[in-house]
This record gives sequence, structure tokens and C-alpha cells, in this order.
Amino acid sequence: MKPLHSSFKITVALLFSSQLSFAAADSSPNYLLYSLIGAGIIALIYAIISLADNMMQIEAKNLGADTSENDYSMFPSFSSLFKPKAGDHVDPKRLVALKQGHDIKLVGGADAGKTIANTAQHYAIKPTNFRGMAPIPKISAVAGDHVKAGDALMFDKSNPDVIYAAPVSGEVIEIKRGAKRAITEVIIKADSEVTFKENTVPNLESTSREDIVKFLLETGGWAHLNQRPFDVVPSQEVIPKNIFVSTFATGPNAHDLNTIVNGSEAAFQKGLDALSKLTEGQVYLGLDGRKGHSSHSAFSEATGVVANYFAGKHPAGNVGIQIHHTAPINSGDVVWTLRVEDVIILGRLFMTGAYDTRTKIALTGAEVTNGYVDTFLGASVGELIGPNLKNDHVRVISGDVLSGDPIPADGYLNQKTSQISVLAEGDNHELFGWLLPLKPRPSVSPTFPTYIMPSHEFEVDTNTHGEKRAFVVTGAYEKVLPMDIFPQHLMKAILANDFENMEGLGILELSEEDLALCEFICPSKSPLQSILRDGLDTMRDQM
Amino acid sequence: MGLVDFFKKIEPDKKKSPVLHTFYDAVYTFALAPDSTTGPKGTQIKDGMDLKRLMVHVVIAMQLCYLFGTYNIGHQHYTAAGQYMGFIEGFHLKLAHGLILMLPIFLVTHVVGLGIEIIFAAKKGHAVEEGFLVSGALIPLIMPPDIPLWILAVAVAFAVILGKEAFGGTGMNIWNVALLARVFVFFAYPTTISGDTVWVSGFDGLAEGTSATYGWGHDIFNTIFGWMGLDGFDAAKTAVVDGYTGATPLALAYQGGWEGATAVYSPGQMFWGAIPGSIGETSKPLIIIGALFLLITKIASWRIMLSMLIGGIVGAMVLNGWGATPFMEVPWYNQFLMGSFFFAMAFMATDPVTAASTNTGKWWYGFLIGFIGMIIRVINPAYPEGWMLAILFMNTFAPLIDHYVLQSNITKRLKRA
Repeated sequence: MKPLHSSFKITVALLFSSQLSFAAADSSPNYLLYSLIGAGIIALIYAIISLADNMMQIEAKNLGADTSENDYSMFPSFSSLFKPKAGDHVDPKRLVALKQGHDIKLVGGADAGKTIANTAQHYAIKPTNFRGMAPIPKISAVAGDHVKAGDALMFDKSNPDVIYAAPVSGEVIEIKRGAKRAITEVIIKADSEVTFKENTVPNLESTSREDIVKFLLETGGWAHLNQRPFDVVPSQEVIPKNIFVSTFATGPNAHDLNTIVNGSEAAFQKGLDALSKLTEGQVYLGLDGRKGHSSHSAFSEATGVVANYFAGKHPAGNVGIQIHHTAPINSGDVVWTLRVEDVIILGRLFMTGAYDTRTKIALTGAEVTNGYVDTFLGASVGELIGPNLKNDHVRVISGDVLSGDPIPADGYLNQKTSQISVLAEGDNHELFGWLLPLKPRPSVSPTFPTYIMPSHEFEVDTNTHGEKRAFVVTGAYEKVLPMDIFPQHLMKAILANDFENMEGLGILELSEEDLALCEFICPSKSPLQSILRDGLDTMRDQM
Repeated sequence: MGLVDFFKKIEPDKKKSPVLHTFYDAVYTFALAPDSTTGPKGTQIKDGMDLKRLMVHVVIAMQLCYLFGTYNIGHQHYTAAGQYMGFIEGFHLKLAHGLILMLPIFLVTHVVGLGIEIIFAAKKGHAVEEGFLVSGALIPLIMPPDIPLWILAVAVAFAVILGKEAFGGTGMNIWNVALLARVFVFFAYPTTISGDTVWVSGFDGLAEGTSATYGWGHDIFNTIFGWMGLDGFDAAKTAVVDGYTGATPLALAYQGGWEGATAVYSPGQMFWGAIPGSIGETSKPLIIIGALFLLITKIASWRIMLSMLIGGIVGAMVLNGWGATPFMEVPWYNQFLMGSFFFAMAFMATDPVTAASTNTGKWWYGFLIGFIGMIIRVINPAYPEGWMLAILFMNTFAPLIDHYVLQSNITKRLKRA
């Protein structure tokens, strides 16, 4: 009893005696004691209020008046305090609010209203865009051939049933080879009027799954499917557990999918109908639930799918994040992911039988005229941006600045992107640039004054702002990755080739784009996306 | 860019003199942020934050401790002699005396530590990593002012070579480098860093009537003060006064509890830091300002700081409840006025490399440091302070804590399947 007694004595003494603390101090007011008493009074008042509040909620629940958790509470629930606010259009029951993440605001977003003329004449298909292919695909056309859009251009030697089709009609003018004779590009000079190979359209209602698969394989539609884990073109033998489509992009200056789907609403729905025939599970749509944003009716009113709203900062729009919060990938699972643009292309196949790769590309970044171009997949970037370029010491990226690929000025658009970003190169020294930067730069760190201006748009360049170092900081990646994953420990497991921990720590749930923001913020400048890809490749070899 | 040309002109040959080139490279990248751009793979833009910027912000957070610590060396010196008892009386003398002791400590730490870092970096063929920026700034603050410089040099060399480079350099070490330097002195040369007499400088022991010992540094300042018509250092007039012991509040509290400590130092003195102790750890408000700076800039982990505070409070309350010795009966909130709890919390426990690396792990890590540290402080008979040993102890266990956190994540993933 003695310990209990004396601690009681101290507590009582603390509350009622001004003699105890600072006993030897002069007669100055006893601030510690007063502040403790003050804090105690506040805590007591809070306890009374929250008790009453809780009773209100219980009563509301008992009367059936309460529809969600905190409708009848005076306070927002503790966890929702830190979560992002969702827009008014969102059904709260289907909302996933993601706390972690970071929006990188850059100069040069594409305005939906601004259309730029399509000046591309050459188009290409790049084997490197289709992961999982044997290194040198078999080319079924030779230079000089005339092909229609949808004609087979190449086969994967390891899976010859999957054809990779020409995005436009025209003359095959060159088959470019790179290191080790790997084919890098098959280039087509487009006809002035694109003609399509005609396919017999199967009736979705009556056709079996096998026949739909066969149709997709023969028409080139199959190459638009993407399998997770590993981000590869799926095998036709495996039926996916679920199919996921994200209908909004949150990356820096991301293209607006509401704009892209505009005019293709029917094709999008048709594509979804076809997809729901291909999976045993569900087709999941990820809808934009962010405040100040909206979801196109083609998305929010799509039928035959399960739609969830996601609110939060980048990477909330990444399909990998959405999978993690709806039906996570477990060991042995295979799911498919498609971009909205790919669903539309599949939809057109099932509507008209034509492999029509028409799409909208957003030109973004400070060094180019911003806007949307109506073009086809694989357009020549040089021809597209040539007349719109503001400067010539630039980096051209197919995709966004976080996970896109830099391409040479005469390169071609990657298959899986709807965005071109053009930035200034940052190959200049800066005097004490690490300590006192002259130019504002995007950062998640409050050590930069721009931290207090979250809507400031930065003019970025490609400087690394520091050199590569060992991992030092901990807990930083977790702040921008809204997944129950420990990125740094996963990276270490990959570097150590520790398969068991790689899988256990969730490598199969990740794709490069999900870790791109972690790589951006890394103060040690670690190449996380490359490390992850190495890990995924070794995992795939093991399977 | 004249400066870039200048640097290019003086660049030493990398093959002929690798160490010199590594040193050159460190200075070069310090002065001019490199012109490197992002590669063909990975993100095409990078955050403005890098390790240099990160580490230098920790150093900035310590600057108030440096200023106060330097001045307090002089203040304690004159307090022992019973002269200039007011805190700002004899300002120039106290500051000069502090600088005379502080500058060599700072220089020796950096010459030895950075020298070893540069040699190792040259051998491994990579750039000098920034870790020693922080370690080198911390070490002087946690040493007694009178530390013999050769002992300091040996301790720094030990900490950097065996504590850090042997494990692979910055980011790979298991134990906090600055604390390793201190713990080396503590075990190898205990008389220089424990006991009552080591915390006050300028006297050869604190026996009554001992005269101050001044060196050539003081002579130089005496000349300058002479020109300016100010008082100078006078060894003949400066001697330890009757009854002065130099004991720290903790040592007094160990003997006589809170009454024992307050008999010599007022709580205000303890709070503001005009007490003997390691150079930088005495002033609580200035350390708390540094801690707030680290929290606002999100450089240090608030989880570790908060949980260590909670751990310390719980530990002290438990000891209050036990109440077997006068030290245990010191009210828990007064424990934080004595010793170096806040310094350890702000700058030592939060070292990201040696702390637990998972967020859940950080809660445990911080709490256990606070709890164990308080127990070591109060119960350990040899030495009335616990944070150094508690942090090194928990550094050792941080990987284990992380292991269990990761295992629970792995198990959760397996169960889901």
C-alpha cells in the first residue's frame, strides 16, 4: 500500500499545495502549479462535454436517427480531422479518404478548353512499352509495307498469340534497333486519312469468355491490358481476380480524364461491359472524390461496376493505391488494371470492330504551349511539340515528371501515357544552393518558405538538388504513400535479395508509379523506382 | 560563373592524391550545389531537400546552446571564484574564457572527425557524407569544459572509426556517434567526466583557495582588454571560494533529494541553465527552442520526443511512488529541471539512423529511453544521469523493435490472403 499511498499524497499535494513545487523558490507566482491546475480544469470540462456528446450519439443511434458515425456529434471524429475533405458530389459510404500524399503543383497545366492541332505524321509502336515480352519480338511487317490500323506489327516470341497492332494506317518506314539488336521502335508514316482493319464484332451478351479473349488477342486489344503484380501484358491462361480502372489522375499537371472521356462515353461503357465478362470478380472504378473536382457522368454513372470515391492528394489517383484500399492483391492473386483510354479503345473495338487508337494527349510543362492534342497512340513527340516548344534546352518526358520516361526530341510517345511534360534542364551550379536556394523549388519540407503556400505553382527543372547518399531519414516515405507498407524496409529487403521479406512487406502490391513520390521526396536521392523494378523482376523470375 | 572556373582550375588530380581530391570535392559541393540532373530512369524532378540541408538545420537548432554554453563556461568559472556573480556581470571575461576553452574543443573534434571521414571516403571512392556535420556539432556540447584535448581526439577517433566507419559509414551505424564519443571518455577516462569537480573550468581541482590557471589565450585577451580599459583575467585574485563544491543539481539531489539540490541552486537557475554541467546541455529553454525548431521543420520525429517525455514522466512517477531514497522522492516534474533530459530528447534520441525506423517502433523506442533513462539516473549509484546509457541501450534494441513491427505487418498481409 505504501507506493500507492505516497503517489496519492503527491497528486493531492500537487493540486492543493503551493508549498511543494519550487519550495525553495522565492515568493514569485508558481506558474507550473497554476498551469497544471488550468490544464486539469480544461481536461475536466472537456470530459464532461464529450460525455454528453457521446450520450447524444448513443441516443441518436438508438432512435435510428443517425445515418453515419458522427452526424450527431459536435466534434468531427478524431481520425477524420486529419483526413482530406471530400467534394459534395461524393457518397460518403463509398468514400476512401487518404491522409498521406503530396500534390506537386507545377507551372504549365493543360487547360481542357485549349486544343492544339495534331502535327504528328509519324507514329511508332515500341516493344519496350510492353513489359514481360521476350527481348526481341518477331516483326510481322517489313519496311515498305502498307498497314491498316489494327494490322499486326509484331508478336511476342514467348506468347505468339498476343499481337501488337499498328496504331494508325500507313507505310512502315523503319524498324529501329537499339543495344543488343533489340527492337526499339517500329515506325509508320501515317496516311492522311486513317483506315482500319475490319473485324467481326462478337455479341457481348451471347459470346463465351474464350471467344472474347480470342477476339482481343486477334485485334490487338489484348496489349492494352495490364496485369498486376509486375505490370506486364497478362497471360490469356489466367483469369483475373478483379479488374481495376482509375478514372482520375493526380500526378503533377496530370491530364484530365474527364476531358479525355468526353465524347467517348458510350465506348467507355462498352469497354467496361466487355471487361466484366473477363473477370470472375468485379470491375472496380476509382472515382475522383476530391473537393473541388468532379467525376464525369461516364464514370460516376457507369453500370455493371463497383465504384468507389477516393479523396486525397497524389497518389490517390494511382490505381495501385486504389487496389490496396478496395481489394488488395494477395500472394498468388492476379488482377488487371486498365487506363480509361485503354477501356475506350477496347469499347470501340466492341462497338465498331475497328482498332481505333484515337486519343487526347495533354501537353504540359512550362517550356511548351499547353493544351490537348487529338492524336493517335505512339505519335512522334518531336512533330507534336515542335511548333509549340518555347526553348530548346529542355527535357521531354512521355508521361508525368514523376514516373514518365524521358524521350529524345525525335522519340515517340509511350503507349501507356496521355501526357507529355516538357521541363527546362537543370544542369547549372548554384552557389550554396542547398542552403539558400535562389529559385523556389517544390518540396515537402517545411524548411522551404514556400511550404506555407501550398497552392504556389513551381517552375521546375531537372536538377537533382543534391547527391545520392545512404538511407538516413526514416518515416518520410510513409507520409506520401497511402498504403500499409514500409517502403524503406521493403527497399532494403530488395537490395538484400530477401525474397521472403520482399513478398511479406508487400512488393506485389506496388508498381513504380506508386513509389514515384517517395523517390521525389527522398533526401538521400535513392532510385526507389529502379530498385522496386529490380525486385519485381527477380520476383517474377522466381515464379 | 567565375567561381565554377576557379574551382575547376584548382581541382587536384583524383588518382595522384585521392584524399586531397575528396576534400576538394567536399568543399566544392558545399559551396556550389552540383549541376547533376536526373537520369533516364526514375523521377525527372527532385525535391529541394538533401542531406546537407537536412543536417545543417539540426546544426542551426543547436546554435543557441552553443552561445549559451560558451558563455556559461565563463560564468561557472567566476561563480566558483565568487566573482561577477550576476549572470551578465563580467560579460567580456566570461565570454572570452568560454571561447578559449570552446574553440579548441570544436576544432579538435572537427579536425579529427572530418579528417577520418575524408580518409575513409577517399579509400571507398565516394563523396564525404554529411553525417559528421551533426555529430561534430553535438560532441563539443556534451563534453565537460575542461576535457583534455587529447582525450577528446581519441574519443572522436574511436566513435568515428569503430562506431561508424566500421559499420559502413553514415546511415549504417548502430549507435549514436556523438554518444559513443562521450561514453568512450566515460569508461576510459572516468575522472575527466564524472564527479563534482570536472564541470567547472579553469581550476586545478576545486579545493578551497585553489587559484585559477590561465594560459596564453587569456594573456592575449588580457592585452586586448587592457587596450579597451576593461578588467582582465587575474589568476592571483581568482580563487575558489569557501564552501564551493561544483556539484551539479543531480549530484546534490542524489545525496539530499530536491531539498539538497535547491539548497544550492534555485529552480530558476536550473531552468535557465546557469549551473555547472556539460557545455551545451544546461539551458532548458534554449534546448526547447531548438527542439521546437526541429519539430516545426519536421526534421526530428515528434513521436520520439513525445514518447520519451511520456516515458520520463512515467518513470519519475513510478520512482516517486517507490520513494526509497531522497532522490526517488524528488517530485517527477522537478526531475526535468535537472540534468540533460531535454538535450537528449531533442538531439540525441531523434537521430534517425540509430533510432527505430518504423513509426510504431518510434513510440516504443522513445518511451523506453525515457523510462529506462530515468531509472538509471535515480538508481545507478555511480553516476547520477541516465540518458547517454539509455539511448545507447535502446539504439542496440531499435532493430529488434523494428523487427517486431515489420513482422506484424507481414503477418497481417499473410492473414489477409
